[in-house]
Amino acid sequence: MGRDTEKLGKGGAAKQHLPTRRQVLKGAAAVAGAAAGSNVIGAPVIWAQEIKDIELRHVGVSYSVVKAIGDQAAKDLGFKVTMQNVDTSAAINRFITQPNTVDIPDLEGWQAKLAAKRGVIQGINVKKIKEFDNFLPIFTKGELDGQLIPRQGISPYEAMYIDKPDATDLHEGVTEWATFLPQVYNADSIGYRPDLVDHPVTEWKDLLDPKYKGKAAILDVPAIGIMDAALCFESAGLIKYGNKGNMTKQEIDFTIEKLIELKKSGHFRATWTTFDQSVQLMAAGEVVIQSMWSPAVAAVRVKQIPCVYAPVNKKGDKEGYRGWCNGLGLMKHLNGKKLDAAYEYINWYYTGWQGAFVSRYGYYSPVPSTAKTFMTPTEWAFWYEGKPAPEEIKDPYGVPMEKVGTVRDGGSFLDRVKNISCWNTLMDEAAYMNKRWNDFKVA
Amino acid sequence: MHSKVTTRRRQAGWLLILPLVLILVPFFIVPIIGVVAASFVQSDGFGGIIPSFTFDNYRSVFTSALTYQLYWATFKFTVFAWFFSLMIGFWIAYFLVFHVRNPLLALGLFLLCTVPFWTSNIIRMISWIPLLGKEGLINSALVGTHVIGQPLDVLLFSSLAVVIAYVHQLTIFMIVPIFNSMARIDKRTIEAARDAGASRFDIVRLIVLPLCKTGIALGSIFVVSIVMGDFFVVKVMSGGGSASVVGAFYEDIGVLQYPTAAASATLLTIIVSLLVVAILRTVDIRKELTR
Repeated sequence: MGRDTEKLGKGGAAKQHLPTRRQVLKGAAAVAGAAAGSNVIGAPVIWAQEIKDIELRHVGVSYSVVKAIGDQAAKDLGFKVTMQNVDTSAAINRFITQPNTVDIPDLEGWQAKLAAKRGVIQGINVKKIKEFDNFLPIFTKGELDGQLIPRQGISPYEAMYIDKPDATDLHEGVTEWATFLPQVYNADSIGYRPDLVDHPVTEWKDLLDPKYKGKAAILDVPAIGIMDAALCFESAGLIKYGNKGNMTKQEIDFTIEKLIELKKSGHFRATWTTFDQSVQLMAAGEVVIQSMWSPAVAAVRVKQIPCVYAPVNKKGDKEGYRGWCNGLGLMKHLNGKKLDAAYEYINWYYTGWQGAFVSRYGYYSPVPSTAKTFMTPTEWAFWYEGKPAPEEIKDPYGVPMEKVGTVRDGGSFLDRVKNISCWNTLMDEAAYMNKRWNDFKVA
Repeated sequence: MHSKVTTRRRQAGWLLILPLVLILVPFFIVPIIGVVAASFVQSDGFGGIIPSFTFDNYRSVFTSALTYQLYWATFKFTVFAWFFSLMIGFWIAYFLVFHVRNPLLALGLFLLCTVPFWTSNIIRMISWIPLLGKEGLINSALVGTHVIGQPLDVLLFSSLAVVIAYVHQLTIFMIVPIFNSMARIDKRTIEAARDAGASRFDIVRLIVLPLCKTGIALGSIFVVSIVMGDFFVVKVMSGGGSASVVGAFYEDIGVLQYPTAAASATLLTIIVSLLVVAILRTVDIRKELTR
């Protein structure tokens, strides 16, 4: 673990001999100079004895289910946490077909919807989540700064509530029971090489510019790749979608035909599936512009290769980021002490250590107020406020990332999140879309 | 008396195949039956199935142009991978058996062929990327020596790259069985042919090739079934620019469309089995192996 994290973890990590959450929070509060301990219910000593043998298996994608976070949680909570990584499609398949091999499913909004439908998860009682009232209203109420969060695709808010713990259908509007609770999220856009692209990119249509023929790439995960494509075509004025996140068959056909046309003209150098592939494509000079994730752009820059994350702020109905959000769920089979431990674990996520950790990747915490207490003022200024970095910025493992004075691409947290125009999804016509996506692949 | 011996023999036979049966039934036969059964039900669109009996999944597989395009793409890769791995594998085996005089040295060289295969398939595949890329070793060398002005795009993220990766991964599966059957050829046969005035080419055509048909057939089975059942090499080396039969139904599973994926999987299993049967018809493996 890096120097930076150790320093920041002082409140939590250093007090190994007293691994209850109360102590952790007290430590954190002391470091941050805030009085955070007062509203926390302490864990009785007997509880610590009983939970020693408990093991929670947290399963999900690698960028969301991180070993370092699980290790810290285990240290603070006193029971065993095992993090298991699978890809998006393997994750949802495992939750549904082998529900008993998972305790904490890491879910995207659309996966939460499916998991509820299949009855493999139980509702989370939000009354038991101590920081729930400090969650950003993007998630709990579907708004931010009084502005409604767009509902193209499946927004986290839309997928969050059910009316009773064993309900299989989502509920519109706030209830006491949640399908999942957001833990990490971000706004995706385009990455490009500023030395090889002659102007600052602020619109998705630049990805289609014939100038970058044979030097462009797009994401090859059908459900979200098609949304990136849709953002491009809408930006270029070729089509106006009713809902990019839930296209009609005609809209899917149009989008795929356009993609095939571009592919046949040699526009795409490649398509990518994993984080590493996107980094490699950019770093090896194969592409100069592609749909990309924020930490992947950072990973290219760490290799001393200039790379910019395009700020694609909304312009009327066009542009905007594609938002995604992963959250924690409770599998249906959890009960008794294990269920209590799972609640402890979920509560731990919102006490700040994890929020600070993911923020150093360029992702965000749903409870920034606690994450802030675990971040240095420099980090907070850079990652959340969009200000020039007062000092060098390091990644979660302590590797230097950004020089003094750098401003985060896309600006402050509010600037970026308010410009999300659609969310990761699974369309009603997913089967048809998948088939057409394969037409694009084989063309 | 006689029947007692037969019974005992038969019992011994059953005992011998028992371990294999114990593995194959629960881990192969039962899952396959599950897949076939799933291919005849309907999906509810949320990863569940509606218990019913329908041919719809097969109908959609057979009436979709995509199926034929996917098989065409996969067959192309299969043929190229088979051809080049056979060419390279055959001549390597030939060299080891007939040109390396010292049998110990031949065995040593043969083992040397397997060294690259001690690392994982994935590592061997992705290690081509820095070699073939736009700023890779080959392109840098060619551009640096002014042989070409612009880097060649076709080296990576192309069908060529896919075939290169397959051939690199699969040639060993040709070398081993072909080496094995060539090594059994009686050297005196070759000498006799030479004494009778046969040219080197005639010897290969009329003696070596017919006598190592079994090895070629076995190698071909490995290569064909691996390529037909692969999706990862195609995905990575074509840069997502090409699709494969398995890749397509893997995507179906990603959106929980189990019945259609099961129908595609059943169809593929049948087609690969037919290919294997066709290959086996060219040789009598059982006779050759007990020779």
